[in-house]
Amino acid sequence: MKKIVFMIFLGLLPSISFSQQQLKGMVMEANPENEHIGLEGANVYWMNSQTGTITKADGTFSIPYLQEYKKLIISYVGYRTDTLTINSPQFVHHLLIPSNELEEVELIKERDAVEKARFSSQNVVTINSAELLKAACCNLSESFETNPAIDVNFSDALTGTRQIRMLGLTSPYLLITQENIPMVRGASQAYGLTFTPGTWVESIQITKGAGSVVNGYESISGQINAELVKPLTDNSLFINGYANRNGRLELNTHINHKLTDKLSTGLYIHGNRRDQIEDRNGDGFLDAPLANQINVQNRWQIQDAEKGWVSFVNVRFLNDEKQVGQSDYDPLTDRFTTNAWGSEIDTRRFDSSLKLGYVFPELPFQSFGFQLSYSTHKQESYFGFNQYDIRHESIYSNLMFNSIIGDTRNKFKTGITFAHDGYDELVNTVDYARVDNSVGAFFEYSYEDLEKVSLTAGLRVDTHNRLGTFFTPRFHIRYTPWEGASLRGSFGRGRRAANFFAENQQFFATSRELRILDTGRSVYGLDPEDAWNYGLSFLQGFNLFGRQGNVTVDYYRTDFRDQVVVDWEDPRAISFYNLEGESYANSFQLEVNHEILENLDLRAAYKLYDVKTDYQSGRLQKPLQARQRFFANLGYQTKPKENGSQWRLDYTVHSLGEQRLPNTSANPAEFRLPENSEPYSLMNAQVTKVFSGKFEVYIGGENLTNFTQDSPVLGSTDPFGPNFDTSIVFAPIMGRMYYAGFRYKI
Amino acid sequence: MKKIVLSLICVLVTSVAMGQDKNKKLTFEVDGKCEMCKMRIEKAALGVKGVKYALWDIPSHQLSLIIDERKTDAMQIKTALVEVGHDTKELKATQEAYDNVHPCCKYREDDTDDSEKHHD
Repeated sequence: MKKIVFMIFLGLLPSISFSQQQLKGMVMEANPENEHIGLEGANVYWMNSQTGTITKADGTFSIPYLQEYKKLIISYVGYRTDTLTINSPQFVHHLLIPSNELEEVELIKERDAVEKARFSSQNVVTINSAELLKAACCNLSESFETNPAIDVNFSDALTGTRQIRMLGLTSPYLLITQENIPMVRGASQAYGLTFTPGTWVESIQITKGAGSVVNGYESISGQINAELVKPLTDNSLFINGYANRNGRLELNTHINHKLTDKLSTGLYIHGNRRDQIEDRNGDGFLDAPLANQINVQNRWQIQDAEKGWVSFVNVRFLNDEKQVGQSDYDPLTDRFTTNAWGSEIDTRRFDSSLKLGYVFPELPFQSFGFQLSYSTHKQESYFGFNQYDIRHESIYSNLMFNSIIGDTRNKFKTGITFAHDGYDELVNTVDYARVDNSVGAFFEYSYEDLEKVSLTAGLRVDTHNRLGTFFTPRFHIRYTPWEGASLRGSFGRGRRAANFFAENQQFFATSRELRILDTGRSVYGLDPEDAWNYGLSFLQGFNLFGRQGNVTVDYYRTDFRDQVVVDWEDPRAISFYNLEGESYANSFQLEVNHEILENLDLRAAYKLYDVKTDYQSGRLQKPLQARQRFFANLGYQTKPKENGSQWRLDYTVHSLGEQRLPNTSANPAEFRLPENSEPYSLMNAQVTKVFSGKFEVYIGGENLTNFTQDSPVLGSTDPFGPNFDTSIVFAPIMGRMYYAGFRYKI
Repeated sequence: MKKIVLSLICVLVTSVAMGQDKNKKLTFEVDGKCEMCKMRIEKAALGVKGVKYALWDIPSHQLSLIIDERKTDAMQIKTALVEVGHDTKELKATQEAYDNVHPCCKYREDDTDDSEKHHD
């Protein structure tokens, strides 16, 4: 009986639906060839009703029709929604137009040159290409002059290399990546930032504090990621020339070509040289190195948006040569003699990387990413009689999967990392060859309620042949207490094996004796470094005189549990030993950004650093670290005319408070330095005239107040004597300097 | 007999389930005008169990969704949207719900695209 009822019921169903009038039709994708390609899964429904259906695999549909229904709506993700007026139930043929073809929304307001992430749980500042143009010269190490998150210092009196610091810690404690592949590390720590030409950089992301676990365990005080220009989006031809009064010449050429819809390639060539002997302070030493660099990169970009694939293949070759020392030094005749003191630093580097990304076409929140990179770095150098050679071969690979838990408010990233670093390091006659291998897995969960709260919690576990097996937790949270405000907190751990010769190469250009005071542990006899970072930050946006601005206060603390202490306090020696006691870096920053007048932007920051370490001689502020710094940048630009012509003006001032100098009391009186350096200010300015979208010219000046350090080279009259020291540098060596350049692009 | 009915139902249920997509794409129009509306719309949509992904485009007013059809449907989402004050073609928000949206989001009075004007 039941069976019969059931059968009848089944039999009735279709007849019930047939008794109603049906509107039938087919939804197709509009294409240039006018082919009839049916769209599956498009929504078809009557306006102001609850009657709707979905198209079948061939694009056809059938929907109940009633006289009172007039407007039929057809919609589909990625296509423009259409509303049709239906007067009678006749077969409907409808073409849907992809929405990106019609809705190319023009962005009217340009993005701010520096963007502060208000909604991200991490404290990230993005510097885009407009901001990068403010510092016209020349490479990544000089790209931070207009940004208060990073302090730029001088590493030594010879090479002119800038050393960057964040939260009071030097660059080895930062994770510096290029398109999320760790780059400036190991052997390239000292000069690596100068190996990325400024014009190659599309944008820079600076993360203060703990950072993400995705790119490894090495970051302690923050992460810097440089995104390079992409063959698909960069100008098809770009030429930049630069010259300054000190004889530095630079040429950058980019050639980009779109081979097919899916394949583009770019060739980027950078060359720089300086042949001019500059010794303005008359100490017999070159103020800036004689240098030349050739840097060539080829990138391939493969993109198939429909299938969700994107891939990059990069190859880069670099040759960099520097000669520093006494101005009359001739390497051919004076090398390893006492005729004159000189040094040559030659670096060759090869990089290659492959990136592969796949976004599931049906699920925009789900993706795979794979990175593989291989590099060899070879530095051969000598400093007077000190010889330092390092080879570093590195393989890095990361496989990551992104998806959601439930919905897009709960996301996760998970994956595995493999890294290999082979070092061959010769310090005078001692060979420090070593191999580092590590394998790790990570999981990072992030939550966002789209309004008030977001957080990121990450954990990774790594096994490293010298660091052992360890966990790296990192946590970030953001909360919006009221409109325009953002409160952030973070904590996290970082670990690393210090490569302290590569990181402290300035020591080779001194008469100091090398002392490694501990033995028996895994990193040159010392312990690996281990630190925790904690941070709090508060941002408030405001509107003053009808123009927007924001003010940020942040406080960060880094606590070292293990550290390789670099002790410069004995003028006869440099000592490396394991931390006993405390070592910490506290940093406080107050920053204001405001468009104070129409088209005139002000950025000002005050920074306070308390960076102390327990040395053998007691707890001391880190040498050459200003306790207080002030920074201001004024940027003005005229409204661009129709052809794009425009003036841009920029002015930057950096004020540095007293810096503690390493103890020199054991030196003879003439080689003694005061306990602290005097405070000073530096000013830079730049004017850019944009003639059209294609051509612009800029001129600028650095160190306009002409402040220099009196005698940057201690014992310069007797470079082979016991008091020779080029490592104590707290102010510029180069005085006022002017430069000019142009940019041409099509 | 019961066994047969049961197995029949089982077969039917599975075929129904097969027809329901775990990751179903869906697009419809929702009224609104600014970043704040965008946040409210997306939040309301994601608040419906079974909605995995929600993206509301300001200029076109299109809400693109990916939903688990076994757990929800378009009408449930539209109900959630009208509850926070945003009209859809089929369902309109009550005056009470509409009155609760922020003054800058009063799309019924002025339906211009305000995405460039404010972000909070």
